[in-house]
Amino acid sequence: MSTIITQVVGREYLYCTNQPENQMKKLVILGAGTAGTMMANKLYRNLNQDVWEITIVDKDENHYYQPGFLFIPFGIYQPEEVIRPKREFLPKGVKFLIDNVQKIEGEQNQVVLASGTVLPYDILVVATGAVPVPEETEGLKGKLWYKDIFDFYSYEGTTRLAKKLENWQGGKLVINLAETLIKCPVAPLEFTFLADAYFTEKGMRDKVEISYVTPLSGAFTKPKATAMLSKLLEEKQIQVVPDFYVQMVDNDRKVLISYDGQEVPFDLLVSVPVNKGDAVIKASNLGDEDGLNFVPTDKHTLQSKKFENMFVIGDATNVPASKAGSVAHFEAEILTENILSYIISEPFRAKFDGHSNCFIETGHGKATLIDFNYDTEPLPGKFPFAVVGPMDLLKVTRANHLGKLAFKWVYWHMLLTGKKLPVSTNMSMAGKQLETA
Amino acid sequence: METLTYNGTQIEVNAEGYLKDMNQWTPELAREMASQENIELTDKHFEVLNWLRAKQKEGTPLSIRKVGNSGLVDIKQFYQLFPGGPLKISSKLAGIPKPASCI
Repeated sequence: MSTIITQVVGREYLYCTNQPENQMKKLVILGAGTAGTMMANKLYRNLNQDVWEITIVDKDENHYYQPGFLFIPFGIYQPEEVIRPKREFLPKGVKFLIDNVQKIEGEQNQVVLASGTVLPYDILVVATGAVPVPEETEGLKGKLWYKDIFDFYSYEGTTRLAKKLENWQGGKLVINLAETLIKCPVAPLEFTFLADAYFTEKGMRDKVEISYVTPLSGAFTKPKATAMLSKLLEEKQIQVVPDFYVQMVDNDRKVLISYDGQEVPFDLLVSVPVNKGDAVIKASNLGDEDGLNFVPTDKHTLQSKKFENMFVIGDATNVPASKAGSVAHFEAEILTENILSYIISEPFRAKFDGHSNCFIETGHGKATLIDFNYDTEPLPGKFPFAVVGPMDLLKVTRANHLGKLAFKWVYWHMLLTGKKLPVSTNMSMAGKQLETA
Repeated sequence: METLTYNGTQIEVNAEGYLKDMNQWTPELAREMASQENIELTDKHFEVLNWLRAKQKEGTPLSIRKVGNSGLVDIKQFYQLFPGGPLKISSKLAGIPKPASCI
């Protein structure tokens, strides 16, 4: 290791060049979703390409713009708008393998793929994400699945739900979160607001009874945002059923049943199933003890708690931040710096603060915006710049909605390929008001 | 600043009644707090409370699911022991901070 680096000048890492290929250092990234793709771009740009060979593995050749799944059921986006080939967003010098990862063998510093290929590594980046697993809840994936029960966190679920809503005549619409730990925790609320607007615009809101059934004690987890969102739900005549932890779905009676015996009837159930990390995490014995297959990770450095040359990013980690693209983006900035420090055996300088930033669609062409981190809850104010904004935190505005729509372009053209965005990596207090007037 | 007074000792709690310092916890205090929730603590309750305290010391993020996988109780039994909001109530009685719901 020490023979490679000859000089370190600021952020420039100068190396002896022209390593024979078989002696090249190997960096392997598992998962080419939002987090993995950003890391491939950033690392390719920052590592000496004559010394480091970067390989990225994913089972799917398509990249899905997951924030777009929310809009498909309401016809706001068409399915084809959210899919692009993954290859388009990866640098040409990065090897892209389409394969299933069968096992991570941390002690041997290698990864075994389903095809039998074994990938040795010097550094591993785990970006295997999270997926909805309806099988975790009894009766959820029963005979009503994709008939009267849908999810919208998968491409298949959201496109099927779009078809269902086109002809649905109304009744009891129930939105249920099966777990508190889910991807994009605001998406179910956004779905609820958009459903209210959709049925209003269709002239059938009076035929639809909407309930939001959640295991949380309120609409959201953070006090100020919960107060604001609860008020919105009330205005829109959406019933909130809090502290409801679903045990099973009775398909014959069409009711949700909680662990403490409460029941909620439905005609149409839109479920956010239990989210789990990738099965390879379990197969490799790398998961957290709650059995959800998330990898114990240092919440500031993003280093795995088990292996020092393994780093974890995005939805795959167990850090107490939102599972969301914005979090993966802020983490990618931190992790790139920390991997560069690791390579030259220096202490980690960059620390992730849990920064998360979410637009929340509220229907009728408006949205609100929240920005927070591990220690600071969402506060009102202006974003991203103090005073001028142009976006307002914790307020429902047209500008916030336009920001959310513009984000799709930013995602495809800037975010995935690792270009710098005008948002600070660590949360900034500029523009935030500590007390609401 | 809110305080509980138990056996002549002042114990600091936050606005929601969670202990600020888990080291001030005693089983007797837990019994006293439980009676306000109309719960009479049994050995099984204490097994769960002690497990929660041990996990908190390790810095493990807590969830209902994790308690359900603890081997002590399943989720249904956890609800029976602490009806309503089992994690919220049990963590208060265990003298540990209210677990941050993951977001």
